[in-house]
Amino acid sequence: MLADILQLFVAGLATGGIYALAAIGFTLLWQTSQTINFAQGEFVMLPAFFVLIGMGFFGLPFWAAVLVGVAVSILTLGLMFKKLMVDPMLHHGVLPLVIATIGLAILMKETVREFYGADAWPFPPLAAATNVTVFGAAFAVQSLVVLGISIAAVAALQLFLNKTRTGRCMQATAQNPTVARLLGVPVERMILYTFLINAALVALASLLITPIYLAKFTNGELLGLYAFIAAIIGGFNQVRGAIVGGLLLGVLDNFTAVYISTQYRLVVPLLFLIVIILFRPQGLLGRVEERTV
Amino acid sequence: MRRRKTVVAGMALALSAAFLLVAPFLFKPYGIFILSTWAVMTIAAIGLNLTLGYAGQVSLAQAAFVGIGAYITALLTTKGWPFWPACALAGVACFVTGWALGYPALRLQHHYLAFVTLAFNTLVYLVFRNEEWLTGGIYGISNVPRPSLAGWSMNGAHAFYYFCLAALALVSLATWCLIRSPWGRAFVALRENPMRALSLGVDTRRYTLMAFALGAGLGGISGALYAPLVQFIDPTPFALGLSLNLLLMVVVGGSGYFFGPFLGAIVAVLLPEWLRFAQGYYLMGYAMLVIVLMVFCPTGLLGLADRLVTPAAKAVPAAAREVAA
Repeated sequence: MLADILQLFVAGLATGGIYALAAIGFTLLWQTSQTINFAQGEFVMLPAFFVLIGMGFFGLPFWAAVLVGVAVSILTLGLMFKKLMVDPMLHHGVLPLVIATIGLAILMKETVREFYGADAWPFPPLAAATNVTVFGAAFAVQSLVVLGISIAAVAALQLFLNKTRTGRCMQATAQNPTVARLLGVPVERMILYTFLINAALVALASLLITPIYLAKFTNGELLGLYAFIAAIIGGFNQVRGAIVGGLLLGVLDNFTAVYISTQYRLVVPLLFLIVIILFRPQGLLGRVEERTV
Repeated sequence: MRRRKTVVAGMALALSAAFLLVAPFLFKPYGIFILSTWAVMTIAAIGLNLTLGYAGQVSLAQAAFVGIGAYITALLTTKGWPFWPACALAGVACFVTGWALGYPALRLQHHYLAFVTLAFNTLVYLVFRNEEWLTGGIYGISNVPRPSLAGWSMNGAHAFYYFCLAALALVSLATWCLIRSPWGRAFVALRENPMRALSLGVDTRRYTLMAFALGAGLGGISGALYAPLVQFIDPTPFALGLSLNLLLMVVVGGSGYFFGPFLGAIVAVLLPEWLRFAQGYYLMGYAMLVIVLMVFCPTGLLGLADRLVTPAAKAVPAAAREVAA
């Protein structure tokens, strides 16, 4: 019994770590440019297909294809997304951009379906599919690797944001762009960096989750929703919050599926989301946003 | 300048009305079905335009309200209820649900309503899918009867099309009156500057809640028409996708413009059908179009038209908006 719970907990942390990666990117974009990216789930779906194209079409070995895939993701989902879509719309408020990202999500999904069909494609895992047994509980090595990589990525990001000059400039931009600009922070470039980091995070999330879910054009729908919920639960304006939200959601989701109901597994996160919004709208770790007149 | 605009708008309106009246004679049954779907979806989009365009609140639950309306109507009419009380109940139930949902959510900042409604939509979808004893689960409810009007059966595709069109006309008229009333003015005041509206004595929370609940009620009525239109309902159409699509209709058409939803629904309902010759590429083309439109004209199609007819509109966007309202 205890072993089962421990097992579920670790598996939940592993998927939660992936949700956290997507959720962090989501909050970063919101903080620096008020972009609510409704295509975030599709952003996680797509890089795996870049890797598959690299392997299938160009015949690259897996690791080379991964490097190319990540580079292409940063270029398209980071740089091009920012320059071609977000920049022209930044001054028109949140809503047109929301609609445009909804359009982008449809476009990405349909393009993948058109060229790769509606099948689920196998994707090479980063670790062998074996188990290790600790205290009588069997853990999938894959879960542990996924968890380890997500934690390392988040830690690296936190170090970058808090300890480097560029990272601090990015935080300043997120907190108050006007003052940051007055203090000589190149605000535009900092915003671009957040988009590049978001692209790298979703590419990483894609590499971690696709071996579990298989590569399919609809993968983004649920992932996007989970990233969204994780970001809000944790605190829409806090990177730390997104991590807590993601991990909590992963664990909660796993326990619901096993102990409550698979049919209603999505209900628990959603109710949790509503409760959080009603009683602690700034999220578990968030700070209150001030109203502007 | 203003007169020229009125003339252009009047001509466009007369032409479209004439087209809609003769349309059934120009199309095959499938075309008539699509046009009826357009009318039904326009009603839902008008509701969302009240919430979004006039009161400035983003709701992602319109599909849930359409679904609740559709299921109430389907359940009651298949059990022998006449259409009218079922339709009225659908509208009222959605109004009340909207009120109950908005009441706590609207204490908060605007984008939180979007999140709460997003969660609500998915919850409602799961209930439709999983509560088989009530909704039939994924097998849905079939043989939803079409209504009759003073002894006239609306069974035929033509008759039901005109029925939907009449419903659309009624809803439009009611909304038009609402927007011209002091209530409608208060809605616009909320969108333009909630702080100022508050300081001028507008009870912002009550009016925002009212706009949201009314929008939800119209969603319910749209659903009540949708059920007899397709005659078979299952949970799939009422997932989050439709809510996003309805939001897209309102913004693409021109949020805050009275005729925005009509145009937006053309883009979202009719355009994919016309692009069908492109087979698998049609959704891609459609998505591209939406993105390009939003990048180059974030005020939507009517915003674009506004700019073309009155080149000086840029200088007085507030006035242009008022004309549109």
